[in-house]
Amino acid sequence: MNECGRHVVKNSKKIMEAAPFMIPSLLGMIIFSFLPIIISIVISMTEWNGLDKLDIQTLSGSFVGISNYMNIIGGKEFWKVLWHTVYYILLYIPLVLICSLTIASILNKNMKGIAVLRVLYYIPVLTSWVAASLIWRWVLSPQYGILNQLLAIVGVSGPNWLTDKIWAMPAIVLASVWKDMGFYGLFLLSGLKAIDTGYYEAARVDGASASKQFFSITLPLLTPSIFFCVIMALINAFQLFPQVMIMTEGGPNGATQVMVERIYTYGFSYFEMGYAAAYSWILFVIIFLLTLLQLKLQKRWVHYES
Amino acid sequence: MKKKVLSLLVSGCMITGMLMGCAQKEEAAQAPAVAEESETETTEESVDVSKEQSETEEVEITYANFNASGGNEETLDKMYQAFHEEYPNITVKIETIGYDDYFTQMQTRVAGGTAPDCYELNIENFAAYANKGVLAELSGIDTSGYNQTALSAFQVDGKQYGVPGNFSNVVLIYNKDLFDQAGVSYPTNEWTWDDVMVASEKIKALGDDIYGIYQPITFNEFFKVSAQYGGSILNDDKSAFTINSAENLNAAQMMVDKITVSNIQPNESQMGGLGDWDLFESGRLGMIPTGIWAFNTFTEACDFNWDICVEPGGTQKATHFFSNSLVVNKDSEKKEAAATWINWLASSDAAAQMRIDAGWDLPAISNDTVLAGYLKITPPQNRQAIFDSLEYLAKPPIIEDYSKMADIITGKLSQAASGEISAEEALNQAQEECEAQIKLQ
Repeated sequence: MNECGRHVVKNSKKIMEAAPFMIPSLLGMIIFSFLPIIISIVISMTEWNGLDKLDIQTLSGSFVGISNYMNIIGGKEFWKVLWHTVYYILLYIPLVLICSLTIASILNKNMKGIAVLRVLYYIPVLTSWVAASLIWRWVLSPQYGILNQLLAIVGVSGPNWLTDKIWAMPAIVLASVWKDMGFYGLFLLSGLKAIDTGYYEAARVDGASASKQFFSITLPLLTPSIFFCVIMALINAFQLFPQVMIMTEGGPNGATQVMVERIYTYGFSYFEMGYAAAYSWILFVIIFLLTLLQLKLQKRWVHYES
Repeated sequence: MKKKVLSLLVSGCMITGMLMGCAQKEEAAQAPAVAEESETETTEESVDVSKEQSETEEVEITYANFNASGGNEETLDKMYQAFHEEYPNITVKIETIGYDDYFTQMQTRVAGGTAPDCYELNIENFAAYANKGVLAELSGIDTSGYNQTALSAFQVDGKQYGVPGNFSNVVLIYNKDLFDQAGVSYPTNEWTWDDVMVASEKIKALGDDIYGIYQPITFNEFFKVSAQYGGSILNDDKSAFTINSAENLNAAQMMVDKITVSNIQPNESQMGGLGDWDLFESGRLGMIPTGIWAFNTFTEACDFNWDICVEPGGTQKATHFFSNSLVVNKDSEKKEAAATWINWLASSDAAAQMRIDAGWDLPAISNDTVLAGYLKITPPQNRQAIFDSLEYLAKPPIIEDYSKMADIITGKLSQAASGEISAEEALNQAQEECEAQIKLQ
């Protein structure tokens, strides 16, 4: 038996030993993930109302093929909602990256009480979105909120954040950045910690300035962490939901309606579960394609330390 | 080899553990199904309580509700104790679920075939559930004690699918002190919107951030104001929308002009993110048409005098009421017991008395002696106005796609209120969108 063959046999033996241990969690995955995924594809091709008993008879009786998908893509609403999501992403991702990078740089310093600071920045991440949204509604209250009062001090009269068509989405971005920056900051911090201090020493010897060090050493070597954060942020941004539901309920006049909010409304308020399922599959395809695209593009800007 | 045996053993244990957890639930779910088969010949889709089961037969039913959550769980339990004394053979397992989770949970349970025997639905969801055929028709129950308007709200095609479990209506609440300061006489039951306008102008003149009235720009308000001007959302046999009728335009114009033209009602930016109740409690609002469930809050929060009267009318009076229905699951095989319980809960004098004593809300009954106790509580002084309002109840236009219709109309009206489109455009667009998106039977 050659070297390679022995390897395979050894591996398959290992798998046989490991398999029984995997069965319980595999079963869980099949029952709670794979089956629902398959069923939701079927539902998306029906007009199931979400109340009738879910069986073959109901599903075949309300089968409509791909017409749900055609109606969604052919309608105006989908494109409007998609634009809202894209608008959110365009504001949110740069802002959250800059903020979390700043936090990571601050937390990377060796100061007294740094552990306390780290905890403080991470607390919003652990807070439930319901509580956070309610607090942000106070903060953003046009007349009585702290944000507009702070703006008034510097002579700016703040907008009616959540009830203004133009400012509602930026307001939600603001709340989301506040809540998420600690999360991404933590990943970036671990990225910073992983950078060999030798690079900086060498740079200092050569007389590189602090900003030169940041842009030529820190940023390039941090790109794997940033890449991870961008993918995570993008996926999360497409699934934007609780903050919208609690802060604006999609208003004012639908200015903050986003995809998951639509899915929820169709499925649980209008009783059009088939339509909602089709919506969620379209959302999946969008996220999937964008993630693929990013994986392809990463070669151009992500530097892995070899 | 030893390793393999060990690993198989361990995983075997884990799987059994997992399945046991599932199996217990399945048993519980399957047991009724077996019972159903033997009984199906006698039970039809409708419930006839008159053919009640023999007193000795023990039944256990489940009842889910959201209305008792947040403070009235004990009252509901007390009601059940009284019921159980009267019907010792019926045991009710009460599930009280918070409003936020209630409807998603109920929808999943109905679809999954594990819905409770009887449960509570708000008016929006009632229409959808009844039209989708998951509720049992209630025939043969004694409905003579109910408020008939509330009762008829839960009929679909002449069939009774639910009983009104509770009742709240809307009255005009006004700040007496502001009326005194402005030198305007207090509103009366006969007031029309014109009287409101005149009084509001004077109250608004008291100060920059004082307003006459606040009426939310929503579908809920609109269908009522529409009725006050002789309009409607649907035609008589509910086969077509009549949203952009001349009467409705009068109604919508009045609602919108209060904000955009006379500004006796604050717009969104003048509200500054404040709630309408908060504005009233701050003493800067003359009048607010709102539900009687505001009484407890206002009694605590207002440091000025306030009272109530019947809502103002347009060309005629129409008043708003809210009622949740109690329904029986079509697939339950204990429909009789379930109907007996919800009928008792909704209309018996004993339950009604407990409901009033606890200050929960009103029972939807017509028994004046039980309701009399409710009148004695003050403020407001003129509590009688609640019952005066009952004469003019406007029935909500219940259709299968109620939520969708409400969302469309609310959206268009709020666009008009922000001045983006005219009231006429709003109604025309709402009519068009409703026709395009909603199929009426």
